[in-house]
Amino acid sequence: MKTSSSPFREVSLHVNGEIKPVLIKPSDTLLYILRVKLGLTGSKPGCLNGDCGACTVNVDGMAMKSCLMFAIEAPGKRIITIEGLKGTPIQHAFIKEFAFQCGYCTSGFIMNCYSLVENYPDANDELITEMLESNICRCTGYQEIENAVKSVLSSNKNLEK
Amino acid sequence: MYIIGKSVYRKEAVDKVTGEAIYTNDIQSPGMLHARMLLSPYAHARIISINTEKAWKIPGVRAILAGERFPLTGEEIRDRPPIAVDKVRYFGETVALVVADNPVQAKRASELIEVVYEPLPVVNSPTEAMQANAPLVHENIESYEKVERVNPEPNTNIANRTKIRKGNIQKGWSESDVTVEGTVSFSPSDHAAMETRCSIAEIRQDGYVVITTSSQAPFMVKKLINLYFGIDTGKVIVNTPLVGGGYGGKAAVQLEILAFLASRAVGGKKVKLFNTREEDLVTSPCHIGLDAKIKLGCTRNGYLKAAEILYLFDGGAYSDKAVDVSRAGAVDCTGPYHIENVWCDSLCIYTNHPYASPFRGFSHSELLFAFERTMDMLAQKLGLDPLELRRKNAILPGHTTPTQVRLNTSNLGNLPACIDRLKEIMKWEEGQRSIQPDGLIRAKGICCIWKTSTIDTDSSSGVILTFNPDGSVNLISGVVEIGTGTKTILAQILSERLKMPIELIHVRMKVNTQTTPEHWKTVASRGTYMAGRAVLEAAEDAVEQIKKVAACVLHGAVSDLEVAGGRVFLKDEPSTGIELKDVVYGYTYPNGNTIGGQVIGRGTYTLRRMTYLDPQTGEGRPGPEWTVGAQGVEVEFNKRDFTYKIIRAVSVIDIGKVINEKAAQGQVMGAMAMGLCFGGRESFVFDEQGRVLNAQFRTYRPLRYGENPEYVVSFVETPQIDAPYGARGVGEHGLIGMPAALGNALSIAAEVNLNQLPLIPELIWRAKKGNQHALI
Repeated sequence: MKTSSSPFREVSLHVNGEIKPVLIKPSDTLLYILRVKLGLTGSKPGCLNGDCGACTVNVDGMAMKSCLMFAIEAPGKRIITIEGLKGTPIQHAFIKEFAFQCGYCTSGFIMNCYSLVENYPDANDELITEMLESNICRCTGYQEIENAVKSVLSSNKNLEK
Repeated sequence: MYIIGKSVYRKEAVDKVTGEAIYTNDIQSPGMLHARMLLSPYAHARIISINTEKAWKIPGVRAILAGERFPLTGEEIRDRPPIAVDKVRYFGETVALVVADNPVQAKRASELIEVVYEPLPVVNSPTEAMQANAPLVHENIESYEKVERVNPEPNTNIANRTKIRKGNIQKGWSESDVTVEGTVSFSPSDHAAMETRCSIAEIRQDGYVVITTSSQAPFMVKKLINLYFGIDTGKVIVNTPLVGGGYGGKAAVQLEILAFLASRAVGGKKVKLFNTREEDLVTSPCHIGLDAKIKLGCTRNGYLKAAEILYLFDGGAYSDKAVDVSRAGAVDCTGPYHIENVWCDSLCIYTNHPYASPFRGFSHSELLFAFERTMDMLAQKLGLDPLELRRKNAILPGHTTPTQVRLNTSNLGNLPACIDRLKEIMKWEEGQRSIQPDGLIRAKGICCIWKTSTIDTDSSSGVILTFNPDGSVNLISGVVEIGTGTKTILAQILSERLKMPIELIHVRMKVNTQTTPEHWKTVASRGTYMAGRAVLEAAEDAVEQIKKVAACVLHGAVSDLEVAGGRVFLKDEPSTGIELKDVVYGYTYPNGNTIGGQVIGRGTYTLRRMTYLDPQTGEGRPGPEWTVGAQGVEVEFNKRDFTYKIIRAVSVIDIGKVINEKAAQGQVMGAMAMGLCFGGRESFVFDEQGRVLNAQFRTYRPLRYGENPEYVVSFVETPQIDAPYGARGVGEHGLIGMPAALGNALSIAAEVNLNQLPLIPELIWRAKKGNQHALI
């Protein structure tokens, strides 16, 4: 894995169900590797500071801001990006509820909501807010996003009954 | 109606929920170079020297641009060097540009550039800028090239002055029994679109300049590159993919010029320049600030007789679009009221603040905060219900605007209807202020809004429709999809006209100025109106072509035919007809003979009868129609610690005709959110040296999930006769009354006039208790 003098290391990342060999530097963020090396540009840079959540992905089942994680920490972990979601209920709900306008924050919001509905199918308002307040949407008034996430949570509950 | 009014999903919806939507910074290619900027740490300073020696030692550096005199830029006054020379005029201004193989190298090199500055006294507000001994931001404004009808005043910080002289202000005062004076002020803030600006430029060997940019104005980029650098407009090709939010901020042209200069410095190679969040907030143009004085006079019964207004817009270091914003501030300088005597001076002022670009509402949220706060002060003085005062004075067909445009039932919405609806929704009869059992104070504030556009008098919009062999249509328009859903609205307009399923209308999202017809700029809530008219004209053109071919095939007259439901048929005998797919690529007879060809419809629309404003009186026709509305905010205020919660925000807007219900609701709710952010929390915090202290999302905090109030949106529909299906512009209107309504609600809650923004608890505390504390 380690080469002498070169700052690059070859690692394998598990992204969207595929194993991807990639050369990384220890200082590369996961966001940078996903976008620039793997061409997965659905995750967006909005602040590169962990403030806006536009780069949110799913790492081992949990929502993670990919600008706050080094790619060197990622081998051995299962990463899902927006490109890895195929026709999930939360994606449909975002369309149905008009939960986006410009679309730039949408990948991050959907990935955050996806982790929420997967991990906390019984989430109450307090938990939903705690999860979703880490992302910023500048176009909507959040009411549409609330409708979208709650529609998925409640339909999951109905399925369980 | 076939599809008008239905909540059709956005045409680009699937792309946006799958990560496939492409924005400018998503575009990358091998060998692409990257540029990074060095920014000024001072708001006003002389540049003594620049040393790039150490920076050049960083591997991968290909060019360093600093200290060089490039053509001056600026849309109305050419006062802005793309890269600072001689002196810097705002904190965050671009001082150098480094091009390197990757962004990290460029950034590292930029940090090694040594600049010696000599700090200069700072102009930290428009009011300061107007003082007799104020430092000059620009020493030789008279030497700048400028467009006609802009008049910088030499040896001052005044970039331009727009005058409104309507009626006779002295007569107005003599008819007034009661007068009131309001003074308001707020600092610049920002659009904070989630996508920071990004531009990629390349100068090809054949001389073509290709720019890809996150812009609301790709066609303006083309014209300005021609104006500044003498490249034929035909040789400038500008691409704009989806844009991650604009709100006016991306209507200004800045990074495109820097990317062009960067590419030129490396022999035309492709160079990308992508703003960090910090750069996007302060280096790129921001949201304008304002200092204002309003004096109103009315009769004992509350009928307005006179309005005397001074607007000092904080254009910042460079005038760019701020001159135009301040002009728009004069056009609708009052609220939406019938006032016969109006005197207004609206000035664009140079300060040492980040410079301004348009902001959603284009001066209206700013001036309405000033005017509508003063209206509430007047209502209080009269002892009159503030909604009643507004209803009494509501502008109606037959009245004239400050620029003396005579209004009618088409170019003006129905304001009294909006006020009445707001009254109902807000349960006005229950009172404006109440104390809850827990001691919290509930208060309601309201305001009225109006807005027209003040875009160039020759602004036009074009649409091309091409047909596919399966009978479906491609819709190509120069409107940029910035999130407003306008291109879906255009598809609905076309679907309605052709009575064709919306699934058969394919919308091209990306704009390419070589192959897309021009839409002047995607601004001013004019997309639906102008591009919608162009769609209808293009549809008409296509229908004529289809009918002409079909008339031959069906052995009838063109006037006998109708196009609907994917067919062209005889009006009186619908069963006799042919499928569109058999005509739109020409009709082929069984023996091979073919008549006609691919149907290509074209349409263009230019605003009609627009005029410049008279320099002495302001008389003139700046825009085609006025959208009106009434808005309200309900707050829960804690008088012990001055914190508050926004419970509910309400908008009633005369939209003319709802084309897409959910999209329209979303536009208004999102705009309300942005207005509450501007009114309640967002502002640049400047220190005494004019430096911005909060240029990131931890300290510049937009609303987050859960902090939002309940939004209530209601539409009145008074059609604008010349607009597509009667629809009025509505992209900005949800925003423009929010700061005023919030200010009015909190002023009532705290029982003190709150005339500054943002309305943070500290400001309320200062207004309430400030005079008791020696340190303030």
